[in-house]
Amino acid sequence: MDTSAESRTQSTLINGEAESASEPVQWEYSPAPERAAVEIADRYDLFINGKFTAPKSRKHFATINPATEQVICEVAEAGKADVTAAVAAAKAAQPKWARLKPQERAKYMYRIARRIQERARELAIIESTDGGKPIRESRDVDVPLAAQHFFYHAGWCDKLRYAFPGAGRDPKPVGVCGQIIPWNFPLLMAAWKIAPALACGNTCVLKPAETTPLTALRLAEILEEVELPAGVVNIITGGPESGRALVEHNDVKKIAFTGSTEVGKLLAKMVADTDKRITLELGGKSPNIIFADASIDQAVEGIISGIYFNQGHVCCAGSRLLVEEGAVDIVVDKLTHRLQSLRVGDPLDKNTDIGAINSKAQLSTIHKYLEAGRNEGAALHEVNGQPLPRKGYWCRPCFFTGVQPSHVVAREEIFGPVLAVMSFRTPEEALERANNTPYGLAAGVWTDKGSKIFEIARRLDAGVVWCNTYNKFDAASPFGGFKESGFGREGGLQGLRAYLEL
Amino acid sequence: MTRLNVLKTYKLYINGAFPRTESGRSMKVPAAKGAEVLAHICQGSRKDMRNAVEAARAAQPKWAGRTAYNRAQIMYRMAEMLEGKRDEFAEALKHSTGNTIAATRKEVDASIDRLVCFAGWADKYAQMLGCNNAVAGPYYNFTVPEPTGVIVVVCPDEPALLGLVSLLAPPMCAGNAVVVIASEKYSLPAAVFGEVCATSDVPAGVVNIITGKRAELLEHIANHRNVHAISAANMNKRDRATLRMGAAENVKRVSVIKRSADAWFDVDACESPWTIEPFVEMKTIWHPSAT
Repeated sequence: MDTSAESRTQSTLINGEAESASEPVQWEYSPAPERAAVEIADRYDLFINGKFTAPKSRKHFATINPATEQVICEVAEAGKADVTAAVAAAKAAQPKWARLKPQERAKYMYRIARRIQERARELAIIESTDGGKPIRESRDVDVPLAAQHFFYHAGWCDKLRYAFPGAGRDPKPVGVCGQIIPWNFPLLMAAWKIAPALACGNTCVLKPAETTPLTALRLAEILEEVELPAGVVNIITGGPESGRALVEHNDVKKIAFTGSTEVGKLLAKMVADTDKRITLELGGKSPNIIFADASIDQAVEGIISGIYFNQGHVCCAGSRLLVEEGAVDIVVDKLTHRLQSLRVGDPLDKNTDIGAINSKAQLSTIHKYLEAGRNEGAALHEVNGQPLPRKGYWCRPCFFTGVQPSHVVAREEIFGPVLAVMSFRTPEEALERANNTPYGLAAGVWTDKGSKIFEIARRLDAGVVWCNTYNKFDAASPFGGFKESGFGREGGLQGLRAYLEL
Repeated sequence: MTRLNVLKTYKLYINGAFPRTESGRSMKVPAAKGAEVLAHICQGSRKDMRNAVEAARAAQPKWAGRTAYNRAQIMYRMAEMLEGKRDEFAEALKHSTGNTIAATRKEVDASIDRLVCFAGWADKYAQMLGCNNAVAGPYYNFTVPEPTGVIVVVCPDEPALLGLVSLLAPPMCAGNAVVVIASEKYSLPAAVFGEVCATSDVPAGVVNIITGKRAELLEHIANHRNVHAISAANMNKRDRATLRMGAAENVKRVSVIKRSADAWFDVDACESPWTIEPFVEMKTIWHPSAT
């Protein structure tokens, strides 16, 4: 029996029950006791200068639960005047925040980390309700990692001069940071953006994604609770126009963006003739390479967590599976078996593996790709027979075989629970195929041979390489891409670089 | 009877060879003083640029795959060859720029020393920029810098040689391949520098040098899909925006520094490992750690 730490960790991500079942198991869903406990107001305003403030735009929009299609509540839509107010608050607060004794700055951040831990259950429930991700993931991954990010970066506040030896004794903050985050890890991305910025003495204006604003607003409540000085963090909800106003504002000195490559390129052009700094964490089409000498059972678990984690709404999802020719049959068999036991449904059910697709728009994008895959001649394996709830946005986990590298499903980011399976004969061919993409965010490689794993890891064009594991994240571990997956790193020592003038 | 000078026509340096520009165009290199023409030089075209990028792209993985010790020795060899041509460069700089021979000697010496410095960084910079990460789980996790790929270096006008060497050496020592766009105003030192590379065991394509008109080439550099990063110095705002607009198309990294003519002699600023950092990508590797 395999008792390695790896398989234990995997099992917290993907439930390993029903290994022996050959048919899909039709279990009744357990009631989800978390459902009732959280209070959500009917309407939320913008968090500017330490206070919830009614938007000058006078506009609000609804955020819905993608699992039920019901409106959860309304949030403000920041207009240009609201963005200006938020940036002004951040600008006014910045010098004092930067002058604060570093260890005092750290203590605010430690407080934030603690309050996230204390309110973890509530945050997890809101995250799963607003975004559709399984409660097991928001509870075990998103929220704990968000807390860790604040805790980790708190400790950097008084150690910045040791971070980049020889690059100047006294690194300075950049100023006001405009930060735009996506809907796939709403609270976690907010933490990834805010924590390093604050540690380095910057202040922020953060815009959460349109479809998932609620945990960022709950974070704003936590900032109030810990008495973070007014203006240090401002949180403005809204759509693309709010984001545009933020990027264009003259007093914003640094843009940090996580999202699609298309939008990232646009933002890079918007700041081309300015002195603004920019870091981009963009899309991916990450290869997951399985050699025949890998531990196949573990590799299959890695494939599952690689592509089906968070419904595949993961920029670093292992969406291109490259299997060494001799192992293709066994991998596809095991994958088929394993897929049958994944439970699709209520995100608030602890047994759910695949939650709701984040939005109607995203669901139709995924459907478009499924159609394109079929039209190009790949074989779609929809082996998961789970009944889907009548309401809500759902997509059963699936994979394509017979995929050619030129197929759309092998080239473009789908951002859904759809895997493209391809094969290779030699390590050279695996590398050639793996790197044959404009993206370079992440990659996986599975083999029990040490020398091979190092050589493949070295030659993969990817900012994160998971060897005999996949989709692992940590505040101390830098994350970010090569090539068109963006530039700059988030997390770890290297993540501080973008928030400091050396 | 006075002897007639042999007027040299300098050619481009692409893929280890010295081709003429495919466009057949040449430019005069005027002397700093008087009406004298120092030499003729190729006016490189977009096509030459593309050829150079292609050569760089082909050469880069092998250059990065050499041991760092080997890259270090080759760059040290460049310093040795430059030392051997010390007087030639000092004269070329003097005649092009009008600077005193004392000043141009100082520039050549600083250029030689800079190459020696970065030869030494080749097998050390990764130790400065990379690290081990203490993640909260049973994993071994570390971050290593890797070369970005093909880098285009847009040289400042002054100091013509030291500026070139200071922008070339950091990406080169890290395993990148480089296409150098020489200063348009003082292109002679760059053209002669090709001869240093050609005699230093620098593999073909690792360094390529194009002389010509910057305005013709800039947008093309910015838009080229196989260029991964651009390094420039003292660029005006409009040119910088041109670079960045094109660069956004394939998410190129763009580094534009400002540095006064004197500041290129500042060893602290110019020889720090942080000058290498814009031309490397941080790769973080995870592996489970268990028995």
